[in-house]
Amino acid sequence: MSKKIGVYICRCGCNISDYVDVEKVRASAEKEADVVLAKTMVFACADSSQKEIINDIQNGVINSFVIASCSPKLHLPTFQAVAERAGLNKYEYVHANIREQASWAHSDDKEGATAKAVQLVRAAIAKVRFATAIEPIEIQTQQAVLVIGAGVAGMKAATSLAKMGVKVYLIEKEHFIGGRVAQWDVLCLTEETGKDLVTRFYNDVVMDKDITLFTGAELIESSGSKGNFKVKIKITPRYIKDFCEKEKMRRAIEVCPVEVIDDFNFSITKRKAIYHNFPSQYPLVAVIDMKNCTRCGKCEKECDKIDFSQKEKIIEIDVGSILVATGFDPYTPRKGEFGYEEYDNVITLPQFKRLVAINDKELKWNGRQVKTIAYIYCVGSRQLEGENKYCSRYCCSTTICAAIKAGEKFHDLSHFHFTRGIRTYGKQEMFFYEASKQGQVFLQSFEDEPPRVMRKNDRTIVCINDILTNRREIEVDADLVVLVTGMVPRSHGRISEILKLPRGRDRFFNEIHMKLRPVETVIDGVTIAGACQGPQNVVEAINSALSAAIKSYSFVSRDTLQVEPIVAEIDAGLCTWCGACAKACPFDAVTQINLEGKEIASVNMTVCKGCGMCLPVCPVNAIQLKTFSDDEVEKMIGVLAQEL
Amino acid sequence: MVKKNNARILVFSTEKISDPAIDMAGLLKLYYPSKVYTIAVPCSSAIKPRWILHAFNQGFDGVFIAADGSDCPYGESCTAKTGILVKQTHELMKEKNINPARLKMAAICSVCSESFVKHMKSFNEALQKGK
Repeated sequence: MSKKIGVYICRCGCNISDYVDVEKVRASAEKEADVVLAKTMVFACADSSQKEIINDIQNGVINSFVIASCSPKLHLPTFQAVAERAGLNKYEYVHANIREQASWAHSDDKEGATAKAVQLVRAAIAKVRFATAIEPIEIQTQQAVLVIGAGVAGMKAATSLAKMGVKVYLIEKEHFIGGRVAQWDVLCLTEETGKDLVTRFYNDVVMDKDITLFTGAELIESSGSKGNFKVKIKITPRYIKDFCEKEKMRRAIEVCPVEVIDDFNFSITKRKAIYHNFPSQYPLVAVIDMKNCTRCGKCEKECDKIDFSQKEKIIEIDVGSILVATGFDPYTPRKGEFGYEEYDNVITLPQFKRLVAINDKELKWNGRQVKTIAYIYCVGSRQLEGENKYCSRYCCSTTICAAIKAGEKFHDLSHFHFTRGIRTYGKQEMFFYEASKQGQVFLQSFEDEPPRVMRKNDRTIVCINDILTNRREIEVDADLVVLVTGMVPRSHGRISEILKLPRGRDRFFNEIHMKLRPVETVIDGVTIAGACQGPQNVVEAINSALSAAIKSYSFVSRDTLQVEPIVAEIDAGLCTWCGACAKACPFDAVTQINLEGKEIASVNMTVCKGCGMCLPVCPVNAIQLKTFSDDEVEKMIGVLAQEL
Repeated sequence: MVKKNNARILVFSTEKISDPAIDMAGLLKLYYPSKVYTIAVPCSSAIKPRWILHAFNQGFDGVFIAADGSDCPYGESCTAKTGILVKQTHELMKEKNINPARLKMAAICSVCSESFVKHMKSFNEALQKGK
């Protein structure tokens, strides 16, 4: 059957057409042999455009097609589905990436971007001329998911996956679950504390027989791909056996002579080398911090469950998908940024929240009573210079909520908010209303004229040219200055490196597309959830966890998964069996067979992964990889080389 | 505007590792010369020397293999195998009086966008000088 090729060139709104002359690309495509139609579309991925392509196929106008649009990582499955819905084999379609690799990459050079797009489309047309129908191959999947991070997003994803009938391995690098939410007292919008919420999620996790939770556990290696990952997990021991009596543990902690900075309270308190962050924190067994333990033996005398013989373990697990929910770190201000680490009463928002949580009768800092609090917003977010240009989203609401709760707990506090415009979006606007009603003062400045923190007569003064009062200079004598710090990506861990997860400009993990594929990554089978993806509040993190759980489930829900039938093929006429291909294949997919008295190589299609490592080693060029044949690749090269 | 004197470079990228980095270079608007064309293959150790020679015969000034390196999803042997095929191709290029410097290889991981762009700029400059 002769080829009747359709070429559809997407404007992507104006993402492509602002820099690439799509009409020129269309006109060039139209002139190519076998091309029967060439169209431009505002959004090729839109329903109406998909229907148009389907009609063209079903009406017999075309029998193969080229889409010139964004990266195939985003929409290859979309247009493969279009082909299938129209009754066409999905390998009769070829994609040209004219957005990421033309319009965006060369938006400084419109003529160059257009010339390149023309060539990329011509190369795709050259390839589709060789396209033939091929059927997918099915592989066995591991019906299990690894969830990394047992914060609220990770725990919610784990329970959601388990409810769908999937085995879940939930690993947490720390020795206690809950992530950042465990550190928060009363949460916005609900009257429950972070501790309450974490406890509820933890109970769901431990009650579910399909979830295996490992704490002190870290991903150290991963191999394989969607449907079949092999991962290695390193588990650091607690050095304390289970079922330890509470009183004995309390005494063991009490007698420990080592005191170190307590990260759980953001360094405002100290903890022992044997510790738990708060008495009811899960898992209930404390842990010994071996980096700081001096092995003095005092705890062993108080508690018979202390066990220094416990050893680090490495376990191997097979899973079909990996869901990453590793959360965020709070921004740490630079020394001197709004007086941080210069003046002793300048602290960060997380420190303030812990301070409010651990103080009972009076709000005190460094032994002095706090009555007047100045909050400086957007510290580490919405920065003019540097990488943190984004808004951290949660800080306005959480600060106002924390101020209201502090006011309820400790009376006669005065609150002064030095803002850059309040962003208490959605239902959180009620906090702003409530705080304003209480008489909390909101001042505002532009980004180029931030508030100033200074010392006057041993007092800390915050000064602003308030744009809400015609730039009047207002000074506040503050007992405590709270820097409202935003979210930054977790700095520790090798997860990005091990899983090869790309990060965006903001250095958070990157989804494929924030609207169309918001929890998928370019690494097939790996999904992301929660604040590891970008600033999110608790509600948003849980929503994204549920979404990622569904997506991960889709990779493991069946016994088998269809994979691309891109496999190596042996030309029996050319092959003389030398064994080089079998030696090159890392999957033992090539074997020697006798075909009508001739020894040749044979490829096991279900084992072949389509890597193509066997191709260049064949001395007689008897191996072709489907969709990457010499004809296809060399025609594309020829077209790309000959500029019009 | 198209810089007429820019070298024509063919990049063999890999679908899962280096091509995402090249996409991200576009997303981040890390500009590189527009005469850089990419053909994505499953793995860098799948590239046949004859494809590279064909590219030179057809008029490409340079060929760059954006290799998987140690990130290859198909296994650790990729780095060595890609190295061997580059070495073999260099020998074939010498036989055909093609300057081996016109074929370059570097490992480009899925987040190595900046590194890719640096390679493209420096390779373009080197090829322009050699023209």
